[in-house]
Amino acid sequence: MSVLVDRNTRLVVQGITGKTGMFHAEQSLAYGTKVVAGVTPGKGGEVVLRDYGGGVPVFDTVALAAKQEGANASVIFVPPPLAADAILEAAGAGIALIICITEGIPVSDMVAVKRALVGLGSRLIGPNCPGIITPDQCRIGIMPGYIHKPGKIGVVSRSGTLTYEAVHQLTTLGLGQTTAIGIGGDPVNGTNFVDCLQLFNDDPETEGIVMIGEIGEIGGSAEEHGAAFIKEHVRKPVVGFIAGTTAPPGKRMGHAGAIISGGKGTAQAKLDALREAGVHIAETPSDIGQSMVDAIKG
Amino acid sequence: MKIHEYQGKELLRAEGVPVPLSRVAFSPTEARAAAADLIGQTGNEVVVVKSQIHAGGRGKGRFEEYPDLGGVKVVQGADAAMEVASRMLGSTLVTIQTGDEGKRVQRLLVEQGMDIDRELYLAITLDRATGRNTVMASTEGGMEIEEVAEAHPEKIMRETIDPAVGLQSFQARNLAYGLGLRGDSAKRMVAFLRKIAAAYDRLDCAMLEVNPLVVTKAGDVVALDAKITFDDNALYRHAEIEALRDASEEDASELEAKNYDLSFIKLDGTIGCMVNGAGLAMATMDIIKYFGAEPANFLDVGGGATAEKVTAAFKIITRDPNCKGILVNIFGGIMKCDTIALGVITAVKEVGLKVPLVVRLEGTNVELGKKLLDDSGLRVITAASLRDAASKIVELAK
Repeated sequence: MSVLVDRNTRLVVQGITGKTGMFHAEQSLAYGTKVVAGVTPGKGGEVVLRDYGGGVPVFDTVALAAKQEGANASVIFVPPPLAADAILEAAGAGIALIICITEGIPVSDMVAVKRALVGLGSRLIGPNCPGIITPDQCRIGIMPGYIHKPGKIGVVSRSGTLTYEAVHQLTTLGLGQTTAIGIGGDPVNGTNFVDCLQLFNDDPETEGIVMIGEIGEIGGSAEEHGAAFIKEHVRKPVVGFIAGTTAPPGKRMGHAGAIISGGKGTAQAKLDALREAGVHIAETPSDIGQSMVDAIKG
Repeated sequence: MKIHEYQGKELLRAEGVPVPLSRVAFSPTEARAAAADLIGQTGNEVVVVKSQIHAGGRGKGRFEEYPDLGGVKVVQGADAAMEVASRMLGSTLVTIQTGDEGKRVQRLLVEQGMDIDRELYLAITLDRATGRNTVMASTEGGMEIEEVAEAHPEKIMRETIDPAVGLQSFQARNLAYGLGLRGDSAKRMVAFLRKIAAAYDRLDCAMLEVNPLVVTKAGDVVALDAKITFDDNALYRHAEIEALRDASEEDASELEAKNYDLSFIKLDGTIGCMVNGAGLAMATMDIIKYFGAEPANFLDVGGGATAEKVTAAFKIITRDPNCKGILVNIFGGIMKCDTIALGVITAVKEVGLKVPLVVRLEGTNVELGKKLLDDSGLRVITAASLRDAASKIVELAK
């Protein structure tokens, strides 16, 4: 079992003819992912990556890709000014799972997108995230596939490269993963910690969960909400790590940011909330894997 | 990105938000001309001379050269404005937000005096929990709002803006009547709130704070201060805002880093760090501290770095005289390890290496990257894990 993606996922790559889109479409194909279509407006009719089973057809619109190739998941590699439109195009085409890799999307665009997605039935992961992977079945995004291996640990993280670090440690210690999800570090994102904790908690094959947060510029309280959910619902071992607990407060925004998080969002508040929920806190970023080994032993 | 108060007020004025009459001045004579002009227009001899620096706390701040002079001064007449301006300009203002070194004042705002009836607080910013912008208002204007939030959280009212329709009139009325306004003042407040909420959206602000927002004795609603921070991701569509950037308010190394699309923050420690990804960069700082040293900087080279970018990052790090060792920690996803290795090699050859360098690579093309480093003949120490890398560099930098 796994969450959200598996070997039946049919992926369309938005921005496939760009350098990054093409590189990672190929990496995903090589990993065994069913990349069934690409989309670049104006390049419909082309076929790319011909080395892989006849190649990947390119369409002008996501709607066409969904209709003709049965795509049910999309990954977005378009530049920031075009990303909001790309997300809503995928949702409009009825794509159930949309993963937006793009970094640097204006906040107001994401505020509007989040509002527009209400009621459309699509789940957005990201933006500014590494993507999602179910080892040996489906790789969507930019993570190095080879560090993962199938197993029983669910991973959810706000960070990109720190997720790879955690997964690499798990794999090295013999703990494979059901699915690893990068939810992205932007202030407004589609899927949050609680959504992923719920998915992993409901997945019978997931036996342990790793969650990785970070101290944002003005905090935010996503990790605290996650902790509350764990305390209430999760009976599987959870390992947590919060990056930036030693970062100096220095570069903070003005008063308004501080008030809105209302005392929450500090490193200590996040750690306390997680500990109180029974989460095993990894002392250093190098101890995430070992903490899970210990937590499972119980 | 931050801007000065006078720039913020000019932007708000253009958006139809009421602000006091004011003019910027770069010299004492300009300050006198500005004051005389304002006095001529209003018939009021009272003008306010306000230091323009990006840090807050100006009113309570003090000049190093003139310990009895604060950053904001109310004066009578144009000659007095010039006298105060001559002391402020070129002097160093120390506030709770500038740090002990203070900030040199190079611009002033000369503003009409106001007959103030009430001082209120207003801010708009993103609420991460809802993913929507929120208007916050309080009757406790002029005060440190964090203290209000701490002691009297019930005194801060909030209205969440639905991005589909913007701030609605009823929400503005909730705030206006909640602030205790009546009659024409309440109507003016409703208009003010809808205008400023629209401005926040149109200008792609990240934070907009008006403290104080005043009601005059005549019942007018006016933004007496304006502190605006913009969303850096949206600057590409606001050339008019990018043009307001004051480079003298920003750290030179941080500006240079920005030109190479690097995210760099100067810190006080001894271990220079080059990492990809903000989360891993923070985690790397955490583990350096865990082993007993302090990071000299935060540096995220981001995704898709080129050899040129890595070289630039290396130059910025090595320029810091406090740097006693460098830790490069890269976990390749978008970024390929061989690209990083080539960048490091180029940089070391170009800049030279006076301090120990530990490189930890993992991810795409990791073997190729390690081989390039090992074959380079340079004194680069490779590490097997993050723990290994951090303990090595902390030891070597002692």
